[in-house]
Amino acid sequence: MSTMTLDASARTEAAQAELLGVESVAHSAEVRKTVGRPFIEIAKLRMRDVNVCYGEIQAIHSVSLDIGCNEVVAMIGPSGCGKSTFLRCLNRMNDTIEGCRVEGELSLDGEPIYGPKVDVVPLRARVGMVFQKPNPFPKSIYENVAYGPKIHGIASRRAELDEIVENSLHRAGLWNEVKDRLNKPGTGLSGGQQQRLCIARAIAVSPEVILMDEPCSALDPIATARIEELIDELRANYTIAIVTHSMQQAARVSQRTAYFHLGHLVEVNDTETVFTNPEHELTEAYITGRFG
Amino acid sequence: MTDLTQAQVRERIAKRLASRHRKEKLFRGLGIASIAFGVLAVVILFSDIISKGSGAFMQTAIQLQVHYDAQVLGIDTVDDESLAWANFSGVIRQALRERFPSATGRSAKRELYSLVSSGAPFTLRDRLADNPKLLGGSETVWLAADDDVDTFVKSLKGSEAGFRGRTSDQKAGWIEQLLGSGELKKRFNTTFFTNGDSREPEQAGIRAALMGSLFTLLVTLTLSFPIGVAAAIYLEEYAPKNRWTDLIEVNINNLAAVPSIVFGLLGLAIFINFFELPRSAPLVGGLVLTLMTLPTIIISSRAALKAVPPSIREAAMGMGASRMQVVFHHVLPLAMPGMLTGAIIGMAQALGETAPLLMIGMVAFIVDVPGGITDPATVLPVQIFLWADSPERAFVERTSAAIMVLLSVLIVMNTCAVLLRKKLERRW
Repeated sequence: MSTMTLDASARTEAAQAELLGVESVAHSAEVRKTVGRPFIEIAKLRMRDVNVCYGEIQAIHSVSLDIGCNEVVAMIGPSGCGKSTFLRCLNRMNDTIEGCRVEGELSLDGEPIYGPKVDVVPLRARVGMVFQKPNPFPKSIYENVAYGPKIHGIASRRAELDEIVENSLHRAGLWNEVKDRLNKPGTGLSGGQQQRLCIARAIAVSPEVILMDEPCSALDPIATARIEELIDELRANYTIAIVTHSMQQAARVSQRTAYFHLGHLVEVNDTETVFTNPEHELTEAYITGRFG
Repeated sequence: MTDLTQAQVRERIAKRLASRHRKEKLFRGLGIASIAFGVLAVVILFSDIISKGSGAFMQTAIQLQVHYDAQVLGIDTVDDESLAWANFSGVIRQALRERFPSATGRSAKRELYSLVSSGAPFTLRDRLADNPKLLGGSETVWLAADDDVDTFVKSLKGSEAGFRGRTSDQKAGWIEQLLGSGELKKRFNTTFFTNGDSREPEQAGIRAALMGSLFTLLVTLTLSFPIGVAAAIYLEEYAPKNRWTDLIEVNINNLAAVPSIVFGLLGLAIFINFFELPRSAPLVGGLVLTLMTLPTIIISSRAALKAVPPSIREAAMGMGASRMQVVFHHVLPLAMPGMLTGAIIGMAQALGETAPLLMIGMVAFIVDVPGGITDPATVLPVQIFLWADSPERAFVERTSAAIMVLLSVLIVMNTCAVLLRKKLERRW
């Protein structure tokens, strides 16, 4: 199944390169170096020269980026540009894909993310993830949120676990809606509620970083607004990397925005700069809607 | 290319419309016809089996006044030893002679004695053993009739002559006399459910085969389900996709298509000849059937695992669950109903399997009801095969009755599967 998706994404890339014509020729030389402000002084996540290959196909070309504490970094770009792939490197979700190779230097608080001695279980407890499609477990709402603390042995007593569940649901802004039906299945909630449940589930293990892969693409505008509000609130405690197709969303929730193009990181800048005064012509072309 | 006006397009569509509807109807009709054919086949099968086999649940019995005469029996006290060689046949013969004093001469007497089943003395022995005070006294008992009598009585419908077979005119006369006085009746055939196999149809029962099937299936289930599920989980969730796993997959699919008798030969060569396990035992039968059902269970379990949405795996993995936790907390509970269905289909297949069991000696004539997995035993389908092969006419209905028992066991199993699946699915 995985090979099929990457064939498809490879085809998209090739087709896009053809479609873009002039622009792709223009960027091939210039894109080598990311413009803007990819590096910051105190980085939570530090990525240097990251290359990702699916078998023979290179999906990410030498991307370097820093993500700081309590910062929301949005990743935008046309379909198949590698932003999701890049995001999934940060908690090693790419490990599950057959034939996927990640090279380069990735670290969280100075500790390497990849390496023979790194255990993915504690890593993923520190770097949580929210997926494109809300995917609550087919269990009760309580069980959904309590699952992470349970497997990691975070709560020692039942009362403590109850408290974690309540706090997480509070922070995800879902408590008032579900407090009377914690034992009902999580799959019975609406799409927006399900996605907030997934966020509650992710923050229940007190991660340091939350990765969000197009968290609102399956939701209606009201649910989307609710999640965006939530992201802004969560910023106080967590580092957030969010992939999105909606430029408005990127503009609303993020402090810095990274523009990916065909596996290259083209530009990273303060969100305002990217959307008002982009440095790179490809970024400008994308945000003005010439392609993507 | 010519440009078509909208009117022209509509006209062309309209022209084809009739034939499209006709095809639709034809296809639906074909579907209904094939379902009707299937239903008809099932109805014919069932009505044939039930009409032939229902008779076996009734058994003709003869009421006799017997005297437990110590002299005839040749015993003074009732204990295990004396009961073992007491002459109960003599008691029955005496009772028959008293009932029909007209029978004189050797051949007439032999005819007379053959009214009652050759198993009847054992009935009397059991009665006397239960109640030793009867020695010297007398009582009225119902004794099973011989199978020829049984067949003859059952074939009597209305005033027709009925199926005579080996029954002489004289014997038929006695039977009619007994029927008229109510001393010969069809009673519920408990023997059929309590006895093992026998050469005499009226003493033959399904119990031994039923227990044999039960023990065999128990062995099969306890071995094949865990092994099959473990193999499926490894192949689906852990194994890298390379040439070796491809080879294993092809082999599993091939094994599912291997004729079952080959598994029987394999079992004979390995379990009996090499490991020297007992012949005719449910243990070996279960092992052979395990080999046979494993591919079915592995294939259906893998399909059930594949059907679990990958988003659930990703969600659990993203939470930092280890691979085993992902499988046991999330994937397995969701795949379980599908796996159980596969296992039950495999078990049903194993229950009906005959050929491999012939190879490992489960076709032997075994009278005793097995008490464990190492006792000699036979199974239901083999019992059906054995009875279908027997010349006595009374075995015809017993064969059909055994088929009815087998089918009801299958129906019970399938119902359990459905209920279990519903229960597991509702947990979410």
